[in-house]
Amino acid sequence: MKVLLVDDEHELVATLAERLAFRGVDAQWATTGRDAVALASRESFDVAVLDVKMPRISGIQLKKELERIHPEMKFVFVTGHGSEEDFRIGSAEADRYLAKPVDIESLVETLKEVVSS
Amino acid sequence: MTEHAVDGDRTTDRAPTGSWVRPDLDIESRQYSLNLRRMWQLTALLMIIVSVAPLMVLTAIDYRVTEKSAESEILLNTSRVVSNTKLAVEFSLVERIAALDFIVLDNSFSELNDCSRVGEILDRLQTSFTGFVDLGVIDSSGNQFCYVGPYDLSGVDYSGEEWFADVQKVHTYISDVFAGFRHVPHMVIAVRHDLPDGGFYVLRTSVEIGLLHKLLSNLEISGKGDAFVINQKGVLQTSSRAHGDVLEPLGLDVPSFSTTTRVYETPGADGTPLIVGYAYIPDTPFILMIVNQKTALLAPWSDTRRQVIGFLVVSLSIIIVVTLGVTTYLVGKIHWADRQRVAALHQTEYTNKMASLGRLGAGVAHEINNPLAIIKEKAGLMKDLFSLGWYADDPKLMGIVDSILGSVDRCSAITRRLLNFARDTDTNPVPVDLREIATEVLGFMGKEAEYRSIEVVVEMEDDVGEITTNKGRLQQILLNVINNAFAAVADGGRIEIGISSQDADYVGIRVTDNGCGMTEAQRRRIFEPFFTTKSSRGGVGLGLSITYSLVSELGGTIAVESEVGRGTTFQITLPVSLGQKGGAGQ
Repeated sequence: MKVLLVDDEHELVATLAERLAFRGVDAQWATTGRDAVALASRESFDVAVLDVKMPRISGIQLKKELERIHPEMKFVFVTGHGSEEDFRIGSAEADRYLAKPVDIESLVETLKEVVSS
Repeated sequence: MTEHAVDGDRTTDRAPTGSWVRPDLDIESRQYSLNLRRMWQLTALLMIIVSVAPLMVLTAIDYRVTEKSAESEILLNTSRVVSNTKLAVEFSLVERIAALDFIVLDNSFSELNDCSRVGEILDRLQTSFTGFVDLGVIDSSGNQFCYVGPYDLSGVDYSGEEWFADVQKVHTYISDVFAGFRHVPHMVIAVRHDLPDGGFYVLRTSVEIGLLHKLLSNLEISGKGDAFVINQKGVLQTSSRAHGDVLEPLGLDVPSFSTTTRVYETPGADGTPLIVGYAYIPDTPFILMIVNQKTALLAPWSDTRRQVIGFLVVSLSIIIVVTLGVTTYLVGKIHWADRQRVAALHQTEYTNKMASLGRLGAGVAHEINNPLAIIKEKAGLMKDLFSLGWYADDPKLMGIVDSILGSVDRCSAITRRLLNFARDTDTNPVPVDLREIATEVLGFMGKEAEYRSIEVVVEMEDDVGEITTNKGRLQQILLNVINNAFAAVADGGRIEIGISSQDADYVGIRVTDNGCGMTEAQRRRIFEPFFTTKSSRGGVGLGLSITYSLVSELGGTIAVESEVGRGTTFQITLPVSLGQKGGAGQ
């Protein structure tokens, strides 16, 4: 299972990727939308975990661009902002929606569910 | 989608107290009502002045004008009556003089020497004219040589009498009225007739004053009017109604001589103003007077005045009552409308405040969430690394990491609750678990309950499902009602929150406290804006009125039962679904 993590917090994604690696998940990460698109165009991923709110390019927009490159890619949204609007968009756009701070075990669980579905 | 993704646990520690969500806006209600009072005074005063002043001025002008015309009319009237009466009196005297003149011209002196002839003449006179009592013939030496009449006056010598001297000068003489020998008031008319030989004789007759009485009593004089004759010495020549009997002196001054009729005003003996009309009767010592009380003459005018003033007083009373009533009503309406407006303003402000606080909380939570996530991941990685390496069995290191993770979780719980609150200020109806929301709201009050040892119990029937409603509004409603309960109970009190299903469409939330309760009068006004029993503690009286309108907004009802000293129960009934309007937002 190859996972793409995108979050503007470098420390967060890097650590998350490392921890996922310990749990047998091949995770790569990017801190900007541009890096993420570049990464996705080089190799393919099963799942992308996107932060909804990022500077310049939002998670929703990024999802649309990634979908263009890999139409079969699954998406999980993560947000630090639990507003109703985010919730609605997240639920509508993504396969799953998680709130920060994310529990690593439930993230792994979610990823597995999403990929197998 | 029955559960929100962000759904923190509801720890009650570190909960902020509920005070910040209360509508603690200041209203200078005292100054506010003062302004209205001033407005009432100004309006009432202006309206009364504007409507009353012209009416008063008109009445005053009318009073003066009609008073003047009434006065001039009575003067004119009196003058006319005096003139007419004067003519009548004068005529009757002239008539009698003419009769005497006729006798002396018709009869020669020798004929008049015959007393039987004089007797015949008197008989005829008495037949043709009234008032003649006797008739005498007096020669130039003053000797009445012939007399016919009821008294024995034959041979009386008048040569020393004043009238005899006068009649030699003026041809015709009319005496004052006097009682004479017979003690009956009468006057004397004497006519001189010159003889061709240069001598003369005088025909003299006594006339009863009944003649004048008859003339004067026939006058129609209004009120206490009095018509009489006086002589130039001020002695009454006829009897009067109010100014003395015949031959008595008149109480009033003798009016000054005038050839025409005059009318003047003078104070009477008792000070009441009198209108006096008089005329000197030419060639006689008589003055005709008509005296009347001014008030009696003005009586018709006074009656009209009384009616007009009565009407004025009634009109003024009506104007004042109506003005005050209308002003009070309108100012009351303005007061009411203003209060409604202020209440609406406060509610908007309150809602905005809640939304702002929500946004602020969400912003803070969001900003803290990111570093918190990093801490969590770093600590998690640390734990992962320890687990894989040599430190897996080091309880101290593992304990430290777990402690960090535990603290992060506690922080997340707080940020989640803040985020929840922000999310709940959104207005779309969402499915709401009533127990959850009650617990959440109580989370804010947890510290206060703890400090004051207030026991809070939430009881929920099993058959109550989720209801679809506006979560933020419901939170505010519960917060306000529970706040109210907290304010009512004493330390160590008990608050019960009962949630039950009413029927298929409605659920009930019952908040019962065992606090101070309230009187029936307070209970009736409890939802009115600005009604408060907590004014001494800074209450504004908007909390429950806002609650009331929020409940109405959610399509529900709120009722209250209370007993002084026993406690209060708020019963909120809410529809299970907020209607079609809300459902579309899902």
